[in-house]
Amino acid sequence: MSFPNDDTPADHHDDRPTPQPPIRADLASIADMVAPGSRVLDVGCGDGALLAHLVHTKGVDGRGIELSMDGVKFCVNHGLSVIQGDADTDLKDYPSSAFDYVILSQTLQAMRKPREVLLDLLRIGKHAVISLPNFGHWRIRVRLLFMGQMPITQRLGHQWWNTPNIHLCTITDFVGLCHELGITIEDTVILDRFDRVRGHGFDGFANLIAEQAVFLLRRG
Amino acid sequence: MARIEVQHRQFFMSTEQTTPDTTCLPADFDHRPRLRLASSRPMPLDCGAQLSDFPVAYRTFGQLNADKSNAILICHALTGDQYVIGRNPMTGKPGWWEIAVGPGRPIDTDRFYIICANVLGGCMGTAGPCEPDPATNQPYGVNFPVITIADMVRAQKLLIEHLGISQLFAVIGGSMGGMQVLEWASTYPDSVFAAVPLAAAPRHSAQNIAFGEVGRQAIMADPDWCGGDYLRQGKRPERGLAVARMAAHITYLSETALQRKFGRNLQDRAGFTYGFGADFQVESYLRYQGNAFVERFDANSYLYITRAMDYFDLAREHGGVLARAFLHGGRPTPVRFCVISFSSDWLFPTAVSREIVHSLNAVAANVSFVEVTTDKGHDAFLLDEPELHQVLSGFLDGCATHRGLPRRRRGLK
Repeated sequence: MSFPNDDTPADHHDDRPTPQPPIRADLASIADMVAPGSRVLDVGCGDGALLAHLVHTKGVDGRGIELSMDGVKFCVNHGLSVIQGDADTDLKDYPSSAFDYVILSQTLQAMRKPREVLLDLLRIGKHAVISLPNFGHWRIRVRLLFMGQMPITQRLGHQWWNTPNIHLCTITDFVGLCHELGITIEDTVILDRFDRVRGHGFDGFANLIAEQAVFLLRRG
Repeated sequence: MARIEVQHRQFFMSTEQTTPDTTCLPADFDHRPRLRLASSRPMPLDCGAQLSDFPVAYRTFGQLNADKSNAILICHALTGDQYVIGRNPMTGKPGWWEIAVGPGRPIDTDRFYIICANVLGGCMGTAGPCEPDPATNQPYGVNFPVITIADMVRAQKLLIEHLGISQLFAVIGGSMGGMQVLEWASTYPDSVFAAVPLAAAPRHSAQNIAFGEVGRQAIMADPDWCGGDYLRQGKRPERGLAVARMAAHITYLSETALQRKFGRNLQDRAGFTYGFGADFQVESYLRYQGNAFVERFDANSYLYITRAMDYFDLAREHGGVLARAFLHGGRPTPVRFCVISFSSDWLFPTAVSREIVHSLNAVAANVSFVEVTTDKGHDAFLLDEPELHQVLSGFLDGCATHRGLPRRRRGLK
């Protein structure tokens, strides 16, 4: 991502409001679920694109946790409050209900204990916003059915032996876990392979056409 | 006066002191600006004593803005002083943090008003063991009350109040300076907008205390220490202080850096001398470090300040729970933190910085945390570490935006 203030002319101090670059459609879907001015924790915030967008356009009090030190440095260099940490181990430090929203984007499937992480997210945040790649997409089903091979897609681009995604699931699987844990799904956004929004809400058809889904969750 | 022998001619400096000192500073040393604080009301110390009408020597750089919102307090480390930038009159050398502070630097004197005061217990003009005791008009020596990190910060708070600043934009410091930063943010959260503890720790570990004790014992074992009364007796425990510095200096470096810099290289000789001279370059280097140090530092100050670091334990001040240090009236501290550690620092390792971060997380405080990758050890915070300077600059810039101060210009120096 690029930050606009990197292009500030050298001859004056820049205290103008910074115009924000457009963000990826799936991140925009997440951002849409976050109320302005709220307290947000972005778990696995990467280069901080979503966090910067939320801070600058929605005025949130935003924090991030990122595993890669390069990502952390990039974020902090650009004025974001980000710590180096591991969601699998560090979420337990946070007090309950400390945030209005805890975001986990494209990361739950890489967690060692996704069920515990999910519970922790909803302990720390009043809401959790989770985006997931959908292993139930028809292309994945077709590849497995007709080629007998682990599917490789644009979003799931790794080989079976080097993928960080150790806990893949379908939308149906995830919804089932939410029901089992007594989690309320307030909104579901279905995105196709071009990151276009194909609808809200979940059904069997969505599980077939969604490359990924974004869920807004709440306790109870 | 016997000194630790340095065999490398280039390192040898003939500055033996023959005239008795009544203070550890040269008679013509310019203290300005130096204030006398706690003149109307004594300042209580943790040890139970109190100080009144005591001197604090400090320097400022840059301009204070109209609403006094752009002040940054820099807290110096154990052997640092108030000469952050510009010529140090004691050594004749540039300031100790020229690389990070100055026009267009991460701590930008074009935008911020920088304050740095010599710590309480120090030997560069602030009240300490080598300043005269008003009761006797002789140097305090070991009659100076034992001070703590919290006492140092109390004195700095009086200075800041005297300057009419109600809230510092930032408090920044490395090592012992980082301890002061933590103490500042914990004790005066409304007076600090942002806090940057570098290579810091919330307490001295057993290993830290052990190294401190080696240094103190070296000083006290020197006959010229005279039970702490050396200034009045016209002596200086230079050998002891030099050994203390040599031992401490090893802890500021990493094994990798020492190996890279010196290896087993010999000092100006083709082979071993089969004696106890400085055959190895690393020995010569340490001897030089020790001897250079005694030129500018007071042995009793070294005792007092290392003791203050030993006593520091932020969790202990808060019922044994570090996170409570960062609660402010039951709410998370409003201070924005940027905790920075260095990968090869074994004196204040990353694990203890992480402990600070975990405690800040436990109260949902606003914190950034970066471990800078370097092989330069604890002293890396003073050195040319571009990663450190980018993070420092980015963090201060983000805070400046929130505080309504101008952002940095493009093109970081």
